[in-house]
Amino acid sequence: MFSKGTKRKFADGGEEISDDGLVAARVASSYSLQRQSLLDMSLIKLQLCHMLVEPNLCRSVLIANTVRQIQEEMTHDGSWHMVTEAFCGASQSPSERLVATEVLCRSREPDAEPKLFSVISYEGCREEEVVADETLCSVSVSDTVSNVCLSGRMGQRWEKSDVEREEEALEDSRLGSGDDDEEIDTEDESTPEGPKTIGQVFGTFEIKNGSPGPDSALEELFSDVDTSYYDLDTMLTGMQSAPKMGPYDLLDSLAPSHSSPSIVSTPNCRSDLNELDHIMEIIVGS
Amino acid sequence: MGEDGESTKINHSFLRDYVTEADVISTVEFNQTGDLLATGDKGGRVVIFQRETESKGESEELGESGEYNVYSTFQSHEPDFDYLKSLEIEEKINKIRWLPQQNAAHFLLSTNDKTIKLWKVSERDKRPEGYNLKDEEGRIKDISTVTSLRVPVLKPTDLMVEVRPRRVFANGHTYHVNSISVNSDGETYLSADDLRINMWHLDITDRSFNIVDIKPANMEDLTEVITAAEFHPQHCHLFVYSSSKGTLRLCDMRESALCDRHSKIFEEPEDPGNRSFFSEIISSVSDVKFSHSGRYLLTRDYLTVKVWDLHMEKGPVETYQVHEYLRSRLCSLYENDCIFDKFECVWNSTDSVIMTGAYNSFFRMFDRETGRGVTLEAWRESSKPRAVLRTRRVYTGGRRRRGDVGVDSLDFTKKILHMAWHPAENIIAIAATNNLYIFQDRVKPENQCEET
Repeated sequence: MFSKGTKRKFADGGEEISDDGLVAARVASSYSLQRQSLLDMSLIKLQLCHMLVEPNLCRSVLIANTVRQIQEEMTHDGSWHMVTEAFCGASQSPSERLVATEVLCRSREPDAEPKLFSVISYEGCREEEVVADETLCSVSVSDTVSNVCLSGRMGQRWEKSDVEREEEALEDSRLGSGDDDEEIDTEDESTPEGPKTIGQVFGTFEIKNGSPGPDSALEELFSDVDTSYYDLDTMLTGMQSAPKMGPYDLLDSLAPSHSSPSIVSTPNCRSDLNELDHIMEIIVGS
Repeated sequence: MGEDGESTKINHSFLRDYVTEADVISTVEFNQTGDLLATGDKGGRVVIFQRETESKGESEELGESGEYNVYSTFQSHEPDFDYLKSLEIEEKINKIRWLPQQNAAHFLLSTNDKTIKLWKVSERDKRPEGYNLKDEEGRIKDISTVTSLRVPVLKPTDLMVEVRPRRVFANGHTYHVNSISVNSDGETYLSADDLRINMWHLDITDRSFNIVDIKPANMEDLTEVITAAEFHPQHCHLFVYSSSKGTLRLCDMRESALCDRHSKIFEEPEDPGNRSFFSEIISSVSDVKFSHSGRYLLTRDYLTVKVWDLHMEKGPVETYQVHEYLRSRLCSLYENDCIFDKFECVWNSTDSVIMTGAYNSFFRMFDRETGRGVTLEAWRESSKPRAVLRTRRVYTGGRRRRGDVGVDSLDFTKKILHMAWHPAENIIAIAATNNLYIFQDRVKPENQCEET
C-alpha cells in the first residue's frame, strides 16, 4: 500500500549509519510511507463526492481533520513530500490535467500570487463546479521548509453547495429570495485568497524540483524522489492498477461519468489555460 | 436505485441483497410502556409491533405471553429531491421517538434527513350502525321509506389500525437530521442536524427555534459537527449534545435563548499512549443517552461505551471496551469506511446494564455492578426460537476455546447499529440489517435470554 515511486530516505544525511540507526531509519521511513498512503487514501475519500445524495458531513469533516493532522505532522518533521495534483486532477479531463501537471512541476516565485484550485469539498461538490472555479493548483513556497504554505479554496467548497449551486440554478430566472432553508452567503468567491497556514486550508500539492532551499541535505533527499512517477501516464496507470485501494475502483467507474459535465465547463478552462500558458512562459523565461 | 429485474442470470445472493436494501432497519424504538415497538427502514417505512397481552392466568408459563406481532405498517417518508442543490433526499428513517400517551391514540415522531413528521396511530374497532338517513352502504335513503326514527348504535367490527400524519415539520434543517428527542414537558421536542439544533412545539409546524448553532462563519474552519442530542428525561430545560471530537455539552435553556455556550462540557483528556491518526475519528461519539434516572450519560464511540456522571466533567466514570481488538486494524477499517459506522447504545430499565452493537452480528452487554461484559449474537442460524442465547467470544490470544471467532473472520458487513431496550422489562429489540430480533428474559438468572 505504499505510494509508487517514493524511495526510502535516511533519517540522517550522508553520514555513516550504524545498525541501530538503520533500523530506526527503516522504521521511520515505513512510518512515513504509511502516513503518505493514509494521506492519499483520505484525499481520495474526500474527492468521491460525485453522488446523487449529499455526502455525510460528519465523515467528510473527520477525514479532512485527518488530512490536516497528517499535513501538520509532515510539516513539523520537515519531511514534506509534495504530491502532485494527482488526486485533485482526477476530476479534470486529460488535456487539462496535462497542463496542470506541467505547471505544477515547476516551482514558482514565493511571492507570486498563486492561482487557486479547490480540491476538497465537504458538501456534495459536483464535478463541473470544481473545474469551473479557479483554475489550477499551485503552491507558494517560502524559504523555510517548515513554513510551507498551501493556498487553497477548500473551504469555499463547503459554501459552494449552499451558494454557488443556488446561483447557478437561479442564473437564468431571477427568483429573488431563495428558499428559507438555504442560507445565501455573500462570500465573494472570485478573489483568490492569500496563502494560509497549513492547518487551516489545504489545496493541492506539487513536487519540489530542486528549488534552492536552506537545507541542502534536505534537498539531496528530495532529489532522490522519482519524479517520473508523477508523469501523467504512470500516474494514471498507477492509480488504475492499485489493487487494494477500494476508492480507486470507484474513481475509475466514475471517470466516464465525468466526461459530460466537464464539457460544460471546458470553455471556462480553455481561457484559464491560455492564461496559464502565458504565465508559464513568463516564469520559465522561454 | 435503478431497476434491474429482467436478467434471469442474476446471482441469487445479489438479488436477495438488492431486493432487501430498502428493508434495512435504520431505527428501533419502544414506546413508554413497551407495548409498542416501532422500526423504521431505509425505504421510508415504519412498522409497529404490538405486544400480545397475556390472556391466560399463568404469566410465567413459557410461550404464553409477550410476543410482538405486527400492528401496523405505513409509509412515513418518500424519496425527495432538493432542486436547489440537485441532490436526492433519502427517505431513510433516521429516528423514531414516541410521545407519551395522553389518550387512546399513540403518537410518534419519525424523521428522515430533512423532515420530521408526527403520526397518529389509532384503533378503530367499532362502527356506528343504524343511521336514519343513510342505509348500510352509505347511500342516501329515500325519505318516504323512513317510518320511524332510531338512534344509531356502535357495533363492534374487526380491529382497524389507522395511521395518519398529523404534523409535518419541514424546512427546518439545511444539514442531515441525526436526532430527535421529545421533551419531558410534553409540548416540545428538539431535532439536531450536523451543525444546528432546533426546538419545535408539537403543534406548530411553521416555526422552530434554533437553540444551538455551531456553524462557523467561515466553513473552512469547520472541524467539529454535532452527532447526537437528547433532552434530559426529567428537567425540561436541559439537553445534551455530542460532537465528532468526543465532547459532550450539557446546555441549560434557561441561561440564554441560543445555547451555543454550554453549561458543562464533558471530555476525556486524550491518552497520549494510544495516539494515532485515527484518534479523533474513533473518539467521535455516535450516540448519547441519558440514564432513566437522569444522573448519568451513556456514550458510544468507535471502540468503547462510556458512562458519565453529570456531576463530573473531567472524564467518564466507567469505560467498557466493546471491541478493543479492532484497534490494530483501524487503518483497514478506515479504508473500508467501517470506522465511520455509528453504533447506538442503550440502558436497561434500572440503569444497571448497558448494551451496544458490534460487528459479525454481535452485540455486547455490560453489567455495571460487576463490570463484566458478554458478547451475544443476533443471527438466525445460531439460535432457534425459545433457545437460550449462548455467549460468544472473539479470540484475541491465550487459550482458544471452541466457538471462538477470530478477528479476521469477523464479518464487517453484519453490523448491529440499532437497538432498543424495553422501558420496564428485560426485553431487547436488535436490528440486524433487515431482520429484527426480540430477546426476552424469561428466567430469573440474568444471562439467559430467549429469542422470540
